[in-house]
Amino acid sequence: MAEMQEKEGKKGKKQKQKKHPTRVDLTPMVDLGFLLITFFMLTTSMLKPQTMEISVPSKDKVAEDEQNKVKASQAMTILLGKENKLYYFFGNGENGQPPVLIDTDYSSEGIRKVLMTKNIDVMKLVEQLKKDKADKKVSEADYKQRLSDYRGSKNAPVVMIKATDDSNYKNLVDILDEMQICNISRYAIVDITPDDLALIDKKTIAAK
Amino acid sequence: MPKVKVPRKTTNVDMTAMCDVAFLLLTFFMLTSNFVAKEPIVVAVPSSISEIKIEERDILTVLIDKEGKVFVGLDAQNDRREVLDKVGKAYQLSFSEKELKEFSKIGMMGVPIGKMNAFLALKQEERDSKEAALGIPTDSISREFETWIKSAKIVNPKLRLAIKADSNTPYKVIKDVMTTLVKIKENRYNLITSLEKDPNK
Repeated sequence: MAEMQEKEGKKGKKQKQKKHPTRVDLTPMVDLGFLLITFFMLTTSMLKPQTMEISVPSKDKVAEDEQNKVKASQAMTILLGKENKLYYFFGNGENGQPPVLIDTDYSSEGIRKVLMTKNIDVMKLVEQLKKDKADKKVSEADYKQRLSDYRGSKNAPVVMIKATDDSNYKNLVDILDEMQICNISRYAIVDITPDDLALIDKKTIAAK
Repeated sequence: MPKVKVPRKTTNVDMTAMCDVAFLLLTFFMLTSNFVAKEPIVVAVPSSISEIKIEERDILTVLIDKEGKVFVGLDAQNDRREVLDKVGKAYQLSFSEKELKEFSKIGMMGVPIGKMNAFLALKQEERDSKEAALGIPTDSISREFETWIKSAKIVNPKLRLAIKADSNTPYKVIKDVMTTLVKIKENRYNLITSLEKDPNK
């Protein structure tokens, strides 16, 4: 455009054309651009939220059955109490004598240590497997297969999670998290029974 | 003494390049973005080490706040009106075309079905406060929550359930929701959490 205008001017046409500068001031456009960017940055969620997947046994009888089948040496019950308190006992409490309740907390020194010692065999295997994977000795598919094998092995502990009405959602997520950290794949969320509640009551009274 | 002459520089900078960058970024953000869904209540989710990402589509979010109020949200706008229609029929309520249209604009819904008509007649600004004050009843008598989930599942069978609850929600409420879900044979679902460092790594 600019060239054409110049040529016309040289031809001698006396008509004085106003020379429009081809440079437009882009500052407002930049302003607008950044304004829109800010808007989009603030309104979008780039991160997809994290989730944990859980599957709950259907109500019928599965939980009951499994509870009975489990050997006493493998069984463990965790009771989630109020004010972030946590109780656990080993065995399935069927031998006539009431199980001994031990209280602990959600810290890494608390329940995690207990679970890790309980699940020490699997923990060791998984650790070895992870090391192998880091050294590229096992493939991705193989790793997944063996990980689930180890976790689901017959001698791994079986944990019953029973939450009282006084515990909160964070407690539940925390304990499910501990299961994952400690490589326990056999656990179930079970309704609390009056017997369990009585045990907690007795424990709290004894603590006082 | 003669003044030192400072060479005058033009203040006009070429904005073309900057403009290019701005619009390039703008395009990027516009294409990659999915909008933050508006939630009627603020929920602080607990953290976990789980790294599974939630799927983008076909999600039915069950939002639970710390007082135990339950909200249901569907991500697909087209499904919403159908779901409302189904739920309405279950309670012998009918909704006009206008009401269905209004409803399809709401991302998170937490109103007892009996008050739905009145709620939809409200203006958008008035809704926020009202919506936050209610919640879907989860009791086993009216079974409203159950009906909502069931209807949503019928409209879109691929729907996955995601529970997004506040850290301080009493377990009792969670239990109610979970038992309802078990009752309608929804045994697998996701719990939405925020990321925490894995101590094993």
